[in-house]
This record gives sequence, C-alpha cells and structure tokens, in this order.
Amino acid sequence: MPLSAYLTLSAILFSIGLFGVITRRNTVGILLGVELMLNAVNINLVAFSRFHGTEVGMVFSLFAICITVAEVAIGLSLVILLFRMRRTAIADQIDWLKG
Amino acid sequence: MTPEVVGFWVLAITLVGSALGVVLTKNLFHSVLWLALGLISTAGVFLLLDAEFLAAVQVLLYAGGVITVVVFAIVVTEKLVGEKISHTSKRLAGGTIVAAGIFGMIASLIQRAGLDQARPEMVGDATAAMGMSLLTKFVLPFELLGVLLLAGLIAASYFARPEE
Repeated sequence: MPLSAYLTLSAILFSIGLFGVITRRNTVGILLGVELMLNAVNINLVAFSRFHGTEVGMVFSLFAICITVAEVAIGLSLVILLFRMRRTAIADQIDWLKG
Repeated sequence: MTPEVVGFWVLAITLVGSALGVVLTKNLFHSVLWLALGLISTAGVFLLLDAEFLAAVQVLLYAGGVITVVVFAIVVTEKLVGEKISHTSKRLAGGTIVAAGIFGMIASLIQRAGLDQARPEMVGDATAAMGMSLLTKFVLPFELLGVLLLAGLIAASYFARPEE
C-alpha cells in the first residue's frame, strides 16, 4: 500500500475521534475520543518513519504512547475527583471555577 | 492481492468500524470495549509497517493499561453514584460538519502532496535502531519521560486519594 493509504486511514480515525470529542457529553466519552485522535497521530508518525527509512518517527510515537498513558491516568483521576465533588461526569454541568 | 494489501484492508475496516462504535454506541462500557478493539487493530497496522516493538508496546500499554484504567474508573464512578452514568451525545450535526470538514481538508492535502510511492525495502532492524537512538540521540527526552511518568503517578494517586 502507498503512504497515502495509511495517511487517509489515519485522517478518517482522527475525524471520527474529533466527532466523538465534540458530540459526547460524558467526560469519560470525551477522553475516549481524544484517545482515538492520538492513536491516529501515532499511525501517521510510524507510516512516515517507515516510508522515510529512519527510526525517528517510531521513537516519537513511543514517546507519544507513554505521554498518552500518563494523560489518561491523570484525566481519569480528575474524573473520579469531580464525581466525588459534584456527582456528575457531564461536561456541561462542570461549570464552576471554585474548588 | 499481496498479503500486505489484504491485511491493510481488513485492519482498516476493523479500525474504522470500532472507531465508529466508540463514538456512536449508547453504552459507555461498550465504547471502551470498541476502543480496545481499535487499539489492538492499530497494533496490527504497526506490524504491517514493520514496527514490531511499537506493536508490542501498543498492546501492553494501551490495550492492557489504558483500557483497564478506564474500566476501573467507570466501575468506581458508577459505584459512587449508585446508578448508570448517562452516555449520550448532542450537537450531532455540528460534530459531523466539523469532522467531515477536517477530513476533507486533510484528504485534499494528501491528494495534492502526491505520496503514492511504494515503500522502500527495510534496511536493518527497526527495534535495534530505535533502541540505539533512544539511548544516544534522544536520551534527554527519554529521561524527561521518566520524570513525567513519575509526576503523573504521584498526581493521579493524590487526586484519587481516599476521602478524609
């Protein structure tokens, strides 16, 4: 398959993830959409790296995967904290600044 | 049809289908399971691109770690409220327009860039090359990543501490 096939697949996944981030009301659902988008970016990085013949893109996507794991852990602990304080996970209802 | 083409189409259909499952299904738990399927087929795409180490990392960290953490979070939050948490969507039309617009932009750019060349032959071992550059050229970002993971660990356990 040519490089453009991988890039198109990744673009489709990115758009679906963006759709999820926009339309989901639950914060966990929004996080899942962000996961999809990050995943699409990783496919892009690995495909470019393979077609370019260097390993730098793969190293980048390794960093991206590790950072995503940290992001998910902190995001979900924030969701649990919000649940304790507000008993809700709907992003529209989380609209106050005072802790 | 070479094995690569067949594998690509199977993985592409699975990936797009499971991604649609993540954003469209009504049940939050089913969303997470669809995401697990999508992440594992992404590992398959990495295998197609000769990145075996990344495929293993993807399965271990994403499908093993992230999915487990999300499932735990859902179970814990549902237990806190004592009812099923709602998982609805809104602004579907707006979301469709924005996502389709972004996709159209990216697709037209890919078309215009003319990236239709076949891939070059694999030279050497990608995993070995990754390991070399991780510990030479990228050693500082690698160490910083360790600091970031430690900070994330401390922050997550602080935020989710038991109530006093």
